This record gives sequence, structure tokens and C-alpha cells, in this order.
Amino acid sequence: MNKPLVNSASPLLTIRDLQIEGHYEDAWHPLVKGIDLTLQRGEVLGLIGESGAGKSTLGLAAMGYTRDGCRITGGSVQFDGMNLLKLAPDDLRKLRGTRIAYVAQSAAASFNPAHRLIDQHIETAVTNAGIGRAQAEAEAIELYRVLRLPNPETIGQRYPHQVSGGQLQRIMTAMAMACYPDLIIFDEPTTALDVTTQIEVLAAIRDAVKRYGSAAIYISHDLAVVAQMADRIMVLRHGKLVEEAETRKMLAAPEEEYTKSLWAVRCFRTEPKPRPRSELPLLEVRKACASYGQQPVLHDVSLSLYRGQTLAVIGESGSGKSSTARLITGLLPATAGQVLYEGNPLPIDFRKRSKEQLRRIQMIYQIPDTALNPRQRIVDIIGRPLSFYLGLKGKALRDRVADLLAMIELDPDKFMERQPRELSGGQKQRICIARALAADPQLIICDEVTSALDQLVAEGILKLLDRVQQQLGVSYLFITHDVATVRAIADEVVVMQRGRVVDHGPRKSIFTPPHQDYTGLLFSSEPEMDPEWLDRILDQRGAGQPLVAQP
Amino acid sequence: MKRLFIELIRAPLSAQFGMAVILLYILVALFAPVLAPFGETEVVGDGFAPWGGQFLLGTDNLGRDMFSRLVFGARNTLGIAFLTTVLAFLLGGTCGLVAAIKGGWVDQGLSRVVDILMAIPQLIFALLILSVVGTTATSLVLVIALLDATRVFRLARAVAMTVVVQDFVEAARLRGEGLWWLVTREVLPNAAAPLIAEFGLRFCFVFLFISALSFLGLGIQPPTADWGSMVRDNAVLITFGDVSPLLPALAVALITVSVNFVVDWMLHKSSGLKEC
Repeated sequence: MNKPLVNSASPLLTIRDLQIEGHYEDAWHPLVKGIDLTLQRGEVLGLIGESGAGKSTLGLAAMGYTRDGCRITGGSVQFDGMNLLKLAPDDLRKLRGTRIAYVAQSAAASFNPAHRLIDQHIETAVTNAGIGRAQAEAEAIELYRVLRLPNPETIGQRYPHQVSGGQLQRIMTAMAMACYPDLIIFDEPTTALDVTTQIEVLAAIRDAVKRYGSAAIYISHDLAVVAQMADRIMVLRHGKLVEEAETRKMLAAPEEEYTKSLWAVRCFRTEPKPRPRSELPLLEVRKACASYGQQPVLHDVSLSLYRGQTLAVIGESGSGKSSTARLITGLLPATAGQVLYEGNPLPIDFRKRSKEQLRRIQMIYQIPDTALNPRQRIVDIIGRPLSFYLGLKGKALRDRVADLLAMIELDPDKFMERQPRELSGGQKQRICIARALAADPQLIICDEVTSALDQLVAEGILKLLDRVQQQLGVSYLFITHDVATVRAIADEVVVMQRGRVVDHGPRKSIFTPPHQDYTGLLFSSEPEMDPEWLDRILDQRGAGQPLVAQP
Repeated sequence: MKRLFIELIRAPLSAQFGMAVILLYILVALFAPVLAPFGETEVVGDGFAPWGGQFLLGTDNLGRDMFSRLVFGARNTLGIAFLTTVLAFLLGGTCGLVAAIKGGWVDQGLSRVVDILMAIPQLIFALLILSVVGTTATSLVLVIALLDATRVFRLARAVAMTVVVQDFVEAARLRGEGLWWLVTREVLPNAAAPLIAEFGLRFCFVFLFISALSFLGLGIQPPTADWGSMVRDNAVLITFGDVSPLLPALAVALITVSVNFVVDWMLHKSSGLKEC
């Protein structure tokens, strides 16, 4: 590693008045509107903002790169004295991977599935930095050790599909460090991971960055995560800088209104409603089992939901929470057990259920883009359950659609005739809620309804759902992986792990220690808005214990 | 209406050319009796009369007016090809969408039948069946429609597959919607763009196929004017340096190219690709 000797007092990366445009809908639109950024050697800078704020575009521009359909129209990017925007493509390529590296959000999509991990890892080192193969492999194994990967000597011999998501993300971080770069750009590296896995990856990334003294730009929409990683935070919105400050100062005293609203987003809480006594549950699942082919996914799942209440089902990916929803709706046939509705068993196959049974249980999906037919107008989408179940026609139908639109806080005159693609993500999710409400249901299953949305938008959806519940008395089965959401709206909580219910109870008792083992692990893995949180939690769990509970 | 007009103005030159030619063919086919100076099967002079004079493009081997037969040929060949394509799409498209939505044994059954039909080379299969059932226009249309329906089935099923896995189709199923609603309201509108483009291409293939069969003597039967058989009947003229037999071939080539131009443009629009 012969790094050029440079004046260590000058900043590593200086971006001045950067302008980037993107091409869509037959025109160029500004994405980044004149951002300044300075990064010192060894410093970790956090970039925060909602989707569309220009974080990723800015992160890539720091490598002198733009995605297809984007172009840099002004400003400069100085990396260690070189203007990356004026550098020849060949020189730029030599710089990337050796002195500037990038860690993408989805490691699974970024690795080539046809090659062994270690071969992909050392590729840049061997071709660009001119290091021998044996030495590069030895360095790779050392990095795997630093990043606390299991079996560091042999894990590189595996293919990408043979390691877990969290491990793959750490291997990608190791790969970015292969040439000990001066700058690493982390683009939402833990967003796709479960909280208990995220904590490991965060710890590993932070240790490695500190150990090798790399500077880093850490991009995330999750403030609590950035608070653990960054020395300094920049808040972006609509391609402009909103606020910039040291992490502690930013957390303690944000100055701008927008930043304050981001900080306040997790303060929404409903008042937990007590379970009605001596009443039959609206929905009860009794000792249900189910499987996909030969693979069992649910084991003896039992839960009950009372009228007007919110039951939150929380668990990590693969815990069987969505399968439970599919079981209740009749899409996934139960191999044993029962689903009771007001005490009467429901047919396990939705095709055998009556129209009335189908009407009472409605569903809202995780990704509103695919949940709405792109070829139908809003009035058709919301109107169909009205005409299908309730037989409304003509003016009565339109009036009811207008009522529903008003209820979900969208202007009926403006939205009635629009198509889904003309709506934002949050508006689409509101339309999905209206479609569910149109059937006048008693139970709405919300499957990760806020996961695909920005935090501010998600909060609006939660508030809307709460208001609707108070007005109409519907029950929610709320499926989520997000502890904060459960804390905000649940009346009762069910914790799932590997297809089993491992813990259940009212919100208060679930969130009051002592916790069951897994519940405790899950809750304590949720990042807090405190820069000390990661250290504290790692201390608590101790060096000797595994960070994740083993099965 | 105004938007459609703007779209047409902004279309590339190749697509505009294609549409102009298609429009011309349709007009010729519709007004054939008005445009043609002589009847379709009328013997009006000596065989192989030269161009010019009384007969604009000369006469054929039996002394029928070449120009008139070309004009009527547009009507017969285009009409039969269009009818066949529509039938193929009704059959193949419906089956494909239903197979994708229903899945399970319905899908398996339909797909295997289509596999069997596709395993036999198309031309040989057509020759075989037509020589058994006889070469009436009806059997010609039915046989080619059946054969082409297999290709349409494959495309319709593949496109519908990507649509049926989306949540809005699941939502419609959970609502309790029937098969007809799922096909016509949920899946078909989202699968329409590639199917429309395929319609144009399929039309070309059917058209070529009919011409080929006619050339082989199993297509549209004489004395009905048809471009394929017109090439065959007058092929001998080529040896004398007369280009007349190439005119019907040229007519076939022109419509094929034109349809492809238009389809290219439509595919481009529906895929949302941008030149930049």
C-alpha cells in the first residue's frame, strides 16, 4: 500500500456548489441543487433525508459517478487535490475501489452470484492495486476476522447465496476495505436488514472504519442509526442542505423546523385501550399450523383480537408474521388448527368463504404501488368494493367515494379521476386504506403498511389509522418489524420468531421489563436517538455472548 | 382525440410511413370494386399482355387484368389474414390469461396441449391438415388461427404471470371477484401493450403464411385473386425479364415492413424507453 504523501491538514473531499439533474418525463429536472460538503480525513459524515432528497445521488457524485439518466451540470468535486469531474475515465476507474469505495444497500443484488466471494473481494486489489493473489487473500481473511464473520478462513470460498444477508453486508464492507481506501461511501447498508442483524453490522462497520482510519459518508434515512455512526450530520431535503452540525449538537438542539419534525416523528402514541371483558374475540386463531410445500412456516400459532382493538404482530423477516396474515385471509391453507370469526370457524380456503365473510376482513399491503391497479382511476378502485359488496350505483357511489376520500384527507374533486401513478407513496397508501374502508369491514389486516414509506409520511398514515379506528371502531391486525410502530399504536402485542408465538400480552406489560429473552433482544436492538446507544448495548451484552440469540 | 393527433405528429418518420401504407391498403381493400377497372375473375384480353394501354399492369396467364387482381387481392389476403389473427388472439389470449390466473391443473393442461401443437413444424402441420379437410377459406382461417393461437397463448400467459403476482390482483381475489372480472379488468389492461404489439407482428406472420400456402397451392383457391397464388401463376414471366409477378410479392413485402415499423414504435412507447 503506497499511499501518496499528502498534506493531512487539507480536507479529503470537498464538494462545492454541486448541481445534478435527472432525466425523466422527457425533461431534465434538478436533483441536487447546489450542495457544499467538506470531509476531513478519518471523519464520518452522516447524510440524512427522505427518499428523493438526493442522498444517494450526492454519495455517488462523491466518487465522480452519476447513474444513467443523470448528469452533473455544475460545481466541483475535489478528492485529495484532484477534480474528479475533470479526471480521465481511466484514472477515475483506478481511483475507485482502491482509494474510494462504495457499499450498496442491497448486498445480495450487488454480488455476482456465479463467483466465490473471495474472488470478487480481491478482484480490485489484484487488477488495480497490483497486489499478489496470495497476499490479497490473506488480507481478505484478516478483514473478515476484523468484521467478526464466522469462519473467516473459509467463508470466502462460499457463493453469495450461501451466507446470510447480514454476513453478506459485512463481506461487502470488507470488500470495500480491501485496498484500505481513504473514503468509503455507505449507502443505506443496514436498511434491508432485521434489527438484531443490523446491530452486528453497525458494530462491525464502526470498528473497521475506526481501525483503518478511513473517512466515510454514511447515508441513511434512519436518524438513530446515523447517530451511532457519524461525527457530523447533514440533513438534506429536495436536493438542498437543510442543516449541518456535529452529531451531539444536532441531536440535542436541531435548529430548522424540518429537522425538528424529523426528530419528533417517533413521539406519536395512542392511548392503549383495555381489552373488553367477557366478550367473544372478533378473530381468534387457534393452534394453527401451515407450510409452504414441505417447509413448515407456522407452528401452533394462537392469537385473539377483540373488537375495536389493535393487535400488533412483531417479528423479524422469516418469523411467519405475513404467513399468519395469509392464513387468516385464507390464501395459505392451514394444515391444522382453526380460524374463528366471532366464534364461528371460517373456511380455510378464501374461495369457500361467503361474500359477507370476505367483506368483513380487508387487507392493506406493504407496497402501495403494486396494491393498486395502475390502469384504474381512483374512483374505480375505491368504488369497486362499494358496488361489489353494497350494490351502490351512479350518484350514490360517487358520493360515497367522495366521503371516503374526505375521510382519508384527500380532496375528492382533485383525486377522484386521477390514476395511481399521479400520486405519491403516502397518497397511494391512503387510497389503499380507503379501498379497505369502502367494504365497511370489521377487521383490517395491515401488512407492514408503513415500511415502504418515509418516516414523516408513515406517521401521517398511523395517525389516520388511529382516527379511523376511533370513528368506526374497526379492529386492526398490525403486522410490522418495527418496534417503534408497535410502541406507538398497539393495544396488544404478539411477538413471533421462526413461525412460533414466543411472547404476547398487552402493550404495557410487553414493554415493561423483565422481558422474555427474545423480546428483550428484539426491543434492545432497536436503535435509539443517542450516540452512546450502540456502545452501551454492546457493553451490556458483553463480549463473550453472541449478539444474536441462537435457535 | 387531440392527444392522439399530437402523438401521431410526434411519431418517427418510419411509423408515419407505416401507418400511411396500412391506411392505403385498408382503403384499397374496402373500395376494391370501385378502384378496379375490371372484375376480379373476368378474362378481358390475351394472356400475358404487356403493361400500358388498356391494361395498366398488363394481364396474367389467363388474360385477367393484373391491376384489378392486385386490388382485389388486397381485399382477400388482408381480410383473411386479419380475421385469422383476430381469431388467434381471442383463442390464445383468453386461454393464456385464464391459465395464468387459474394456475394449477388448468395451466398445466393448456400449456401441455400448446407444447404438443408447437412441437410440430407449423407449415407441415398446416399442409397436413389442409390436405385432409380440404382447402376452403373457412378451414384455412381455422387451421392457421389454431396454430398461431399457440404463440399468442405463450406470450399472453408470460405477460399475465407478471401481473397476477401483484398485490392488486390478490386484493381482487380476496374481494371475491369472478374469473371474468380478473381477466378483463385486472389483468388484461396491464398486459395489453405487449399483446397489441404482438398483434401487429402476428398479423404479418399470418399474412406471409397464407401467401406461402397459396404459393404452394393449398391457400386461397383460384379463381379468387390472392397475392401468393398470383406470384406462382405468373412466375414464368420472370424468365422473360418481366417484373409483373414481383408486384404481388412487393405488395406483401411493403405491408409487412409497414406493420413492423408501426409495431416497433408502439413497443417503444409501451416499454417507456427513452433515447438519451
